Amino acid sequence: MNAQANAQIETSHELLAPTQVNLNRRNSLWWDAYRRLKRDKVAIVSFWVIVAYVVMAILAKLGILFPDVALSVGDQYMPFSLEHPFGTDIQGRDVLARAVHGAATALSVGFIASSIALVIGITLGALAGYYGGKVDALIVWLYTTIDSIPYILLIPSLTFVLGRGLVNVYIAVGVTSWVTLCRLVRAEFMKHKSRDYVLAAEALGAGDGRKIFRHILPNVAHIGFVQFGLGFVSAIKFEVILSYLGVGVDPTTPSWGIMLDDAKLELSRPFWGNLTAATLFMFFLVLAFNLFNDALRESLDPKLKNK
Amino acid sequence: MIPNLFGITLITFILFNILVSDPATRFAGKYATAERVETIRAELGLDRSLPEQYLFYLKQIVTLDFGRSWATKQKITTMINDGFSATLCLTIPPFIASIIFSLGLAMFASYHRGSFFDKGVVVVCLALMSISSLVYILFLQNVLAFQWGLFPVSGWDPSWAGRWEYLVLPWIILFVLLLGTDILVYRSVILDEAYQDYVRTARAKGVSNWAVYTKHILKNALIPVITMVVIGMPFLITGSFLIESFFGIPGLGGMMLKALNESDFPVIKAMTVIISIAYMFFNLLADIVYSLVDPRIRLS
Repeated sequence: MNAQANAQIETSHELLAPTQVNLNRRNSLWWDAYRRLKRDKVAIVSFWVIVAYVVMAILAKLGILFPDVALSVGDQYMPFSLEHPFGTDIQGRDVLARAVHGAATALSVGFIASSIALVIGITLGALAGYYGGKVDALIVWLYTTIDSIPYILLIPSLTFVLGRGLVNVYIAVGVTSWVTLCRLVRAEFMKHKSRDYVLAAEALGAGDGRKIFRHILPNVAHIGFVQFGLGFVSAIKFEVILSYLGVGVDPTTPSWGIMLDDAKLELSRPFWGNLTAATLFMFFLVLAFNLFNDALRESLDPKLKNK
Repeated sequence: MIPNLFGITLITFILFNILVSDPATRFAGKYATAERVETIRAELGLDRSLPEQYLFYLKQIVTLDFGRSWATKQKITTMINDGFSATLCLTIPPFIASIIFSLGLAMFASYHRGSFFDKGVVVVCLALMSISSLVYILFLQNVLAFQWGLFPVSGWDPSWAGRWEYLVLPWIILFVLLLGTDILVYRSVILDEAYQDYVRTARAKGVSNWAVYTKHILKNALIPVITMVVIGMPFLITGSFLIESFFGIPGLGGMMLKALNESDFPVIKAMTVIISIAYMFFNLLADIVYSLVDPRIRLS
């Protein structure tokens, strides 16, 4: 049922039988969260900013937006102009085009790396929390070990070992950032596995797999959502730093980190195009994500429901 | 802790001794002859079997003797020793300043929660966090130091009296970098406490709003804050690697970055293990401090 129809039903019930409103409203954590989010103007704006970035990135990848990103379109270091709002870089490439294509790189890293983390974190967290015992001990050992190696050492070392390239950034960031999620999911599974509804499912003959995936998982999935958003932001930030350090994407891939690396040598010329473009593009995306994550977390938090 | 330590050594070993394709060739350079590569391999101990290499690595950790750097041939222990003072000089002042300032501001914002000021603080913090740390460094170094000449662009003075001149700008940058997260985290910790029953009780018996905040909420909020500060302490070593390399501060972070660029595996391995141990140590310390400041933990 779409939102509008839902709202219509609500209002019509309000007119007919005000006391029954809450009985007929779709009531679940997700619907409540959705309703709360819908009321939050900041969340709505942030959401559409993120959507705009995604559309822009897809258009860039399809070659519709700035297809000549890798080509020289003018002299090097042309100043800001209408034609090239952020000027041109050392090879005469349009800086705006590189920033737009950099968004595609950043979003892909955010999406794929946090998806990898999501799958690992939920799977291991569910197994540890549900089975307990030796499985639990092993998984807890694994994540406390990974957690005690600082990311700032582990991720560069990993991309260093794997080599430069976009895929390796996905892997390196993905396989190192599942720990928090795993810890939270494990704790929830430990709480849920002996709840009545799970015992009821067991009484009906549900196996472990069914109990884990059909019964418990939907009840802890909101943690995954929030962590996915947080992971997205930190993956984007990591991509920028890794690419800057020269262990991220290879230099031909447009990336905000590489633009900042270029900017390092260009500021004294002075040429501010790369720094300005990369900063602004990253700023609005990360800010929108931060604001949306905040709103999402609040709307999914049952404790804050009536505040 | 011991199993984790074992895990850390295993992971670093797998990374640098098994997954890295032939470090000797990488180390010898493009134009080395086959014999030269062989000698280097023998020198680095890479011709031994993997279990032997692993045991040797464990021995290095236990004796705290990590051998020599491949790039500079210096003893790694000496390098780390030298780097410590520079790194701590850089990180400790902003670390402490940020805790005090953020806690004060977070208290003030949550005291007026929901107000224009409070919302403004949250938005500014989120905005601060949305800019890459690289940008702060690039921008402030270029504008404040290079263009306006307020600070030296980079450099270092080994003497205690002379080095602060080079540290002021890095301190400012690090402080700004820490601020956003610190304020938001402390604010949410304080707000968590502000809705507790004991606060309602205190209000009900007529305690003034000010006293509720300073005597009741702050005291309870300090428990998670102290834990976070202790857990965050390894940051004192790792948190500044970009700043160190930009400002030419001879600390551990810059050393690590250089090692990463030069494929200097022994240095990276040593740093990883040492910082991981520090990490675990501070986590343990946080647990202990937690039980000291919160009697409820001791009882349960």
